[in-house]
Amino acid sequence: MKFNHELIEKNIGLLGIFTVLVISIGGLVQITPLLFQKDTTEPVKGLRPYTALELEGRDIYIREGCYNCHSQMIRPLRAETERYGHYSVAGESVWDHPFQWGSKRTGPDLARVGGRYSDKWHEVHLIDPRAVVPQSNMPAFPWLADNKLDGQYTARKMTILRDMHKGEYNGKDLYSDEEIANAQKAVEGKTEMEAIIAYLQSLGHALK
Amino acid sequence: MLMSSFWSMWISILTILVIVGCFVLLRICSKNTTPEIKEGESMGHSFDGIEELNNPLPKWWSYMFYITIVFGVVYLIAYPGLGNYKGLLGWSSSNQSIGTDQGIKADSKAAIEAAATEGRWVQYDQEVKAENEKSGPIFQEYAKTPIEELAKNPEAVKVGGRLFLQNCAQCHGSDARGGEGFPNLTDTDWLYGGSADEIKASIMNGRRGMMPPKGGLPVDDSEIPGLVAYLHKLGGAEHDAALAAQGQGSFMKGCFACHGMDAKGNKLMGAPNLTDNVWLYGSSDGKIAESIKNGRAGVMPAWKDMLGEEKVHVIAAYVYSLSNK
Repeated sequence: MKFNHELIEKNIGLLGIFTVLVISIGGLVQITPLLFQKDTTEPVKGLRPYTALELEGRDIYIREGCYNCHSQMIRPLRAETERYGHYSVAGESVWDHPFQWGSKRTGPDLARVGGRYSDKWHEVHLIDPRAVVPQSNMPAFPWLADNKLDGQYTARKMTILRDMHKGEYNGKDLYSDEEIANAQKAVEGKTEMEAIIAYLQSLGHALK
Repeated sequence: MLMSSFWSMWISILTILVIVGCFVLLRICSKNTTPEIKEGESMGHSFDGIEELNNPLPKWWSYMFYITIVFGVVYLIAYPGLGNYKGLLGWSSSNQSIGTDQGIKADSKAAIEAAATEGRWVQYDQEVKAENEKSGPIFQEYAKTPIEELAKNPEAVKVGGRLFLQNCAQCHGSDARGGEGFPNLTDTDWLYGGSADEIKASIMNGRRGMMPPKGGLPVDDSEIPGLVAYLHKLGGAEHDAALAAQGQGSFMKGCFACHGMDAKGNKLMGAPNLTDNVWLYGSSDGKIAESIKNGRAGVMPAWKDMLGEEKVHVIAAYVYSLSNK
């Protein structure tokens, strides 16, 4: 049989195979090698795992959809590094699942927001953003101050993270058995506000 | 950091294959593969009166395709694209592989030096360098000028004001008048001192206020109304004299340790002056009672690592200028 257009056009299976082949080449070239590269798979020096409270805060950050308006990815452009600090490097988010780089900014980038404001500021700002930044169009999140964590899944989350990244924290596991055993106690009764502020204050700690 | 030669080959071979494949496909499709039918004549299919004619690919479209292929090849020769090949121009956007060994800052510096000696052009580093050459001397000049003097230089104050809006206004407000819990910087009331050096120290290293609930003193909740009245008395506001007298007794349980016997505060601890009419957390009975009952812990972040001393110096001049006209 002659290999021509007609053959592909009249054979849906063959057309499907070729289509998949063509559209996967970009990913095979650009993405697959990154999965095996040290830069993108090893933590930068100084990176520490999230504490139990920070980890819970991260999940609240995701739950509230903060990533819809805030990126955590400072690009290597001078205008950005002037404002936000050193550009982000891949090794900073190796333990983030999923990473929070985001793709759009309505609010500012938060990759290095840790330490820029006081805990109190974050609290006031999350309850009513307009109280401190009159021009802000960020929604208010007052319920964070009322909702309490029960820490039911904290230990489980930490165990999963530890098992995914065995021995990656300076040769040790991300969490010790003791930390995991105490995880629920560490967060139980804390408000979601405390958790998300702890998370925000931890952002960018590996390099300032 | 270089990737392994396997992945480098993987990327290079796939990329080249795709380009060659596009070229071959275009050549095949440009040929008239049905010589028995002349150009422009019917291929013999007709659906709903729409007929397929044996027309070649549009010329302009094919040429665009060729141009794209040529562009791709030129790009891959000039810029890094094929695995570990660095490209003739030695260009890269940034040093992404830093931060794995010696810590980011040391690596960052080492990477910049390495790029310079190898004659590579790192876009980000060049941007920063160009800006430093432009504004660096200005900031260095400012850094040599004492803050008190710099505060009289309208240009420096404007630069400081811009930096303030960018970094400080979120808490202290765009007019620097602060808000509840965030100090007003335009008045002459200072928790940690208002001299130029004290302002600069506050910005550089941050400040950490710490008033424990009830000052950590054996003060009963029932004594709080008295204390509030006493504070109103100190500030010259309306108050109940009997309650205030009780409150004075409570004050003497130890509040003076930080706020001073005269209640005028202590800038070494950031303990506020209680005799003026400036109330960081509100001056109503309720707010003052809340401050006493729960304590307060105002935190100013440290900016020396985030902004660097030169910029802090200029911001300090701006802040100094606000209350020293």
